[in-house]
Amino acid sequence: MSTLVFLEHHGDELLKGSLGVLAKAATLGGGDVAGVVVGSGVRTLADGAGKFGAAKVYVADDAQLEAPLPQPRVDVIARLVRDTGIDTILFGNSVLTADVAAGLAARLDAGINWDLVDLVQEDGKLVGKRPALQDSVYVDVGWTSEPRIALFRSGSFDPNETGGSAEVEDVAVELEDFSSAARMVDQAHEESEGPSIEDAPVIVAGGRGLGGPENFTLVEELAKALGGAVGATRAVVDAGWYPYATQVGQTGKTVAPKLYIACGISGAIQHKVGMQSSGVIVAINKDTNAPIFEFSDLGVVGDVHEVVPKLTELVKQRKSS
Amino acid sequence: MKIAVCVKQVPEGDSRIDPGTKRLDRGGEGALNAFDANAVEEALRLKDSTGEGEVVLLSLGPAKAQDALRKALAMGADRAVLISDDAAAGSDLVATSYALAKALERESADVILFGQQAGDSDGAVLWAAVADRLRLPVVSQAAEITHAGGKLTVKRQTEFGYDVIEAPLPAVVAVSDAINEPRYPSLKGIMGAKSKPQETVTLSDLRVEADRAGEQGSRTEVYALNDPPARADSKKIDDDGNAAQVIFDFLAEKRLV
Ligand SMILES: Cc1cc2nc3c(=O)[nH]c(=O)nc-3n(C[C@H](O)[C@H](O)[C@H](O)COP(=O)(O)OP(=O)(O)OC[C@H]3O[C@@H](n4cnc5c(N)ncnc54)[C@H](O)[C@@H]3O)c2cc1C
Repeated sequence: MSTLVFLEHHGDELLKGSLGVLAKAATLGGGDVAGVVVGSGVRTLADGAGKFGAAKVYVADDAQLEAPLPQPRVDVIARLVRDTGIDTILFGNSVLTADVAAGLAARLDAGINWDLVDLVQEDGKLVGKRPALQDSVYVDVGWTSEPRIALFRSGSFDPNETGGSAEVEDVAVELEDFSSAARMVDQAHEESEGPSIEDAPVIVAGGRGLGGPENFTLVEELAKALGGAVGATRAVVDAGWYPYATQVGQTGKTVAPKLYIACGISGAIQHKVGMQSSGVIVAINKDTNAPIFEFSDLGVVGDVHEVVPKLTELVKQRKSS
Repeated sequence: MKIAVCVKQVPEGDSRIDPGTKRLDRGGEGALNAFDANAVEEALRLKDSTGEGEVVLLSLGPAKAQDALRKALAMGADRAVLISDDAAAGSDLVATSYALAKALERESADVILFGQQAGDSDGAVLWAAVADRLRLPVVSQAAEITHAGGKLTVKRQTEFGYDVIEAPLPAVVAVSDAINEPRYPSLKGIMGAKSKPQETVTLSDLRVEADRAGEQGSRTEVYALNDPPARADSKKIDDDGNAAQVIFDFLAEKRLV
C-alpha cells in the first residue's frame, strides 16, 4: 500500500485536520506514507510534516497555486498519482478538499468514499466507516479498484507528533486551462467582529428555527441568565442574522462547553462536528425527527418561542432566590 | 442565459437502508431533495435578472423521479430531462458524474447549478466531479451569486472566513442552503407544470458505455451495515407546556444552574 495524504495549510500552518489524517495513515501499516503540500511559498511547511509521521513530502510550490482553489490541486495530484503509482489518497474534509477529492475521483476514475470517521484493514481489505442517515447507521464501505480516495469527517483523528523528518521532493506543476479559470478575488475575509465563544462554559445556540434575526434576543437572554455565550449555525450566519464569529461547526468554531443548548437547530453533520464534545447537550426543536435529537442528552420536541423564554425565567428566578 | 440545475429525487420522510440490497430504500413517494430547491430558486433568479433564457432540470434516477422534477417545474423551471435506466441503478459518484456530464454536454448551459448536498446520502461533492468531466470551472458553497459581464462572482464561506471567487461562463456552481428562500409553487405553477416538457433519456441515448454505469461503472462498494455506537442516557420528551421545567430540573441535577 502506498498512501498519500493531502496536507492542507492556511497561512504558514498545516491544518490539524490533515495532520490527524496523516497520523491515521501511519497506523494502517504496510507501506509508505507520504504527504503532499500544494501552494505558493510552502516549502518550509513540507519540512514540518516529517514530525507528524510523513516519510516523504511532495511539494508543489508555484505562484499559480497561491489561492486555495480546488482545480489546480486536482491537476497536481492527478499527475503525482499517475507518476508514482500511489494507490490510496486521503483527505481531511474541508470546503477546499471536498472539491479536490471529488475532482480527482473523476479525473482518475477512482472510487471515492466520503464522510468517513475511520479507516481500517480488515481481512486484507481497506474498510471505511461511514455514518449515514443522520448517523443512525454505520456503513462499512470499500473500493473495488485503485486508486482509492477517502475523505474524512472533520475532527476524526488527532495529530501525533512522533518527531522525525521527511524527505522532501518537488513535483512538477502543469495546469489545465480550465483549472485556472476561476479566480480568487478576496480571500478568507472575516466579516464582522464578534465575541469569542470558544472559552464560554455555556453556549446557547440559535438556528433558523428561531424564525428571524429579531428572535435571537430569546437565546441572548437565556445565555445571559446562564452566564454563557451565544452560538449560531451557518444558515443564520450566511443569512446575516448573526455574526460569523459566533458560528459553530465545520466552517465555524469548534467548541466544548459544559453545556450546549441548541434552539431551533436541525443538527446537520457540519454543525455537529463543531459541538459534539460538549459536556451536556440539550436540544429544543419542533420536529421530532430532527437529527439533533440523535446526539442530545435531553431533547425537547417543542417550539423555541414557548420553551426558551420560560426556561430563561426559571433560571433567573433560581438566581434571585 | 441557459441554466441547468442538477436535482435529485429523495425518499419522502424518513430514509432507510434496505438491509438486503444495502442500498437506500427508494420506495414510497418521491420528493425533491430540499437542498436542490435552493439551486432551482437561484436559477430562476438568475434567469429573471438577465431577462431571458431557460432553466433546464437534469436528474438521474428511477422513472418516478418525474414527480420530483414536476415539483421543480412547478416552481418555474422550463423543462426537465431525466436519465432513467435500470442499468444505472447502484451508480456511485464516479458513474453518476459520468452520466450527468454526458447529459450536460448535450445542453451546453451557461451555468450549471447544484444544491448543497443530497438529503438522503449526504453526498456533497458531486459538482466537482461533474465540473472536472466537463472541463469547466467550479465554485462550491455559494452564499451569494452575482452575474455581470459574462462572469459569475460568488461569495462563499470557508473554515477561515468569506472568499469571493470569480468564474467566467460557462461555470458549475453549488449553492449553500442559505443562499435564498425557495419559493412555494403557486397553484398556477402547479397546473402549468403538467404541460411542461419532461424528457426521459436512457444511457444509450447519451452514449454512456455499459461498463461506465451502475455497479459496473462504480468503484466503491458497501460491505455491511452496523449499529452506531450507543449514546448513554439520552432522553427525549414532548413539550406539554412543562418542558422548560423539565430542562431546568435536568440542568439542576447536573449542577449546571
Ligand atoms: C461545507 C459545509 C460547511 C458547513 N459548515 C457549517 C458550520 O460550520 N456550522 C453550521 O451550523 N452549519 C454548517 N453547514 C450547514 C449545515 O449543513 C446546515 O445547513 C446548517 O447547520 C443548518 O442550520 P440550521 O439548523 O439553523 O437550519 P435548518 O437546518 O433549517 O434547521 C432549522 C430547524 O429548526 C426547527 N424549527 C423550526 N421552527 C421551529 C420552532 N418554532 N421551534 C423549534 N424548532 C423549530 C426545524 O424543525 C429545523 O430542524 C455547512 C455545510 C456545508 C456543506
